[in-house]
Amino acid sequence: MLNAERSAVTGPRVQLMATCLCDAFYDDMARATVEVLEHAGCAVEFPEAQTCCGQPAFNGGDWAASRKVVRHAVRTFTGDAPVVVPSGSCAAMMFHGAVLEFEKEPDLPAVESLGRRTWELADFLVNGLGVKAWPGRYDAKIAFHRSCHTRGTGTAAAAVQLLRSIAGVTVVEFGEAEQCCGFGGTFSVAFPKISTAMGTLKLDHVRAAQPDVLVSADMSCLMHMGGLADKAHAPMKTQHLAQVLRDALKNSGLL
Amino acid sequence: MVTEKIDQFAATLPAEKRRSVYESTKATHEKRTKVLFDHFPDPNRLRLIAGEIKQHVIENLDTYLPAVEAKLQSHGVIVHWAATAEAANEAVLGIMRARGATKMVKAKTMVSEEIELEPFLKKHGIEALETDLGEFIVQIDHDHPSHIVRPIIHKSRREIATSFEREGLGAYNDDPGTITRRAREFLRQKYLQADVGLTGANFVSAESGRIVLVTNEGNSRFCLAATKCHIALVGIEKILPRDRDLALLLNLLARSATAQQLTVYTEFISGPKAASQPDGPEEMHVIFVDNGRTDVLASECRDILRCIRCGACLNVCPIYRQASGHAYRSVYPGPVGAVLSPLLAGEKFPDKVDLVKASSLCGACNEVCPVNIPIPDLLLRLRDKAKREGAPSCGTPPMGAWALLASQPTAWKAALFGGKVMNYLPLNLLPIPAAQAWLKTRTLPAWRGGEFRRWLKNRTR
Repeated sequence: MLNAERSAVTGPRVQLMATCLCDAFYDDMARATVEVLEHAGCAVEFPEAQTCCGQPAFNGGDWAASRKVVRHAVRTFTGDAPVVVPSGSCAAMMFHGAVLEFEKEPDLPAVESLGRRTWELADFLVNGLGVKAWPGRYDAKIAFHRSCHTRGTGTAAAAVQLLRSIAGVTVVEFGEAEQCCGFGGTFSVAFPKISTAMGTLKLDHVRAAQPDVLVSADMSCLMHMGGLADKAHAPMKTQHLAQVLRDALKNSGLL
Repeated sequence: MVTEKIDQFAATLPAEKRRSVYESTKATHEKRTKVLFDHFPDPNRLRLIAGEIKQHVIENLDTYLPAVEAKLQSHGVIVHWAATAEAANEAVLGIMRARGATKMVKAKTMVSEEIELEPFLKKHGIEALETDLGEFIVQIDHDHPSHIVRPIIHKSRREIATSFEREGLGAYNDDPGTITRRAREFLRQKYLQADVGLTGANFVSAESGRIVLVTNEGNSRFCLAATKCHIALVGIEKILPRDRDLALLLNLLARSATAQQLTVYTEFISGPKAASQPDGPEEMHVIFVDNGRTDVLASECRDILRCIRCGACLNVCPIYRQASGHAYRSVYPGPVGAVLSPLLAGEKFPDKVDLVKASSLCGACNEVCPVNIPIPDLLLRLRDKAKREGAPSCGTPPMGAWALLASQPTAWKAALFGGKVMNYLPLNLLPIPAAQAWLKTRTLPAWRGGEFRRWLKNRTR
């Protein structure tokens, strides 16, 4: 089980960890995260020096390289404000993966301390800030993909709670929800046959529930499933949870 | 792109085999989940407790093993210690020879697969017949098990019926009931002819010295009822502290393995037949097998020794479901095998190192494990070990340059901007293996490096 122990949230200040995927591809999702956090009353800071959480090298087995990147993150996210990241995967890297690869390193306490104040977005809103329901309107049937790195954390329950509370949203269930979408970082290119089969199966299950949009707390899963659907000429609308929360506000003139 | 061996195996697996492995693992997994959550208010808590018990055992083997030895000896059991597979095989052979025995009936035991006992005995003129139906079919086909609990999950009943016909076990008939009956008729004679019965052990209680065996076919009972000598091959990690721990572990094992409340047969064996008992083996040997386990115990991956061989991680694993067990080229397939096989390979670790990459690290295996083994963490530790030891595996792109970039903000921002060139290049034509592997079945979104930072800088609130 992942170590999900968190320091209590005391003030409005938060530091945004935008993820390398947003930095490179998904700027709208990072913008949505800022707007959602601000709507929830947060003062969002963006430490300019940030890069990546270190997970690609950690999963690839190059822990020495990964630790270099994690040390950079520790230097970048200073202070005691919560660090909020719109990705269950990057959050788990900070509070679980990094701790694992630093267990014999002298700077383990600093890494653990960053881990304790790092939150995935939905988990932060519901379990950190105590948000019970989300205002606004979003007319859609939503299939929510529970990303693997949120297993054992508060993310999936928090995300579904927020989605269900939005006027107009129906959350639809689909088969084999516990199964991975097949992305897995370098896994997707080193095991292309298996990865594609996993993603296709996931899409089949999602499609059977006939959602209007596929939503997740992790953009990497959506990049994989959306990319597969596009390539197969059967596009599937995907949105990150932050985008749904932001659009719900917009649709009701709250933003 | 040079893809990993397991992916290549999956790519060539006949669709029918993949479908049958997928469907039966999925069905078993779903039944397992239903049964556990129907029967217990909080099965996750039980998994954590069971995990702690097994972890306690493996971290205190130095005291438990001598205690178990003394207990077993006090019951008249002859205890052997085998450091290696060769030593375990020799111990079995020695017992057979001392009795002038040439025929053995075997219950299902993964350790015997691990030490390759059957071919070893065959070389020395001893017939060791499998009596578990699945293992029997594997044996007559000169095949290997592809699942820890269900060795012939990869075979269809048509294939089995063909094998039976070939072996003179009746005309072609693929009715499962008929196949089972024919195997039973054949095996009944073999039990009576055998000199020695060999079993594994699911658990050994340190408190009472009881060996616990679970089966569904009752074949281990026949092995012991009809022969005069019982040999139990036992991995040194199979110990439980107390008899009462069995209440938890047996409940979890059957539900996790086959979604049963309890297996059809649960045997508790305390030693050879006592003078007052009418039948049963007059002689009993327990061979404790190390075969690399103490090296695992000394490693950072010792948690894998908690494993009780239920197969739940195989059933839930998306990679196992797509590739099937033989893809792992090991006695232990699936997530547990991806950890255990490279570890048990010892010096041949590089030959099995690709197994630790055969995971999207999704963590479903950890979520179902009845002893809560953190399998993804162990796979990650082994990936780190492989990198440090320079063991080659094509699934790891070099990360040094990336790490340099990701620890220098100025260079990072420049790369975000420079990456825009990707939008104007025919990526699918460039000799970048990873890009080609990705683009074959997926599209890539447009590069928008740095756009978020620009928005944030320019926004007015």
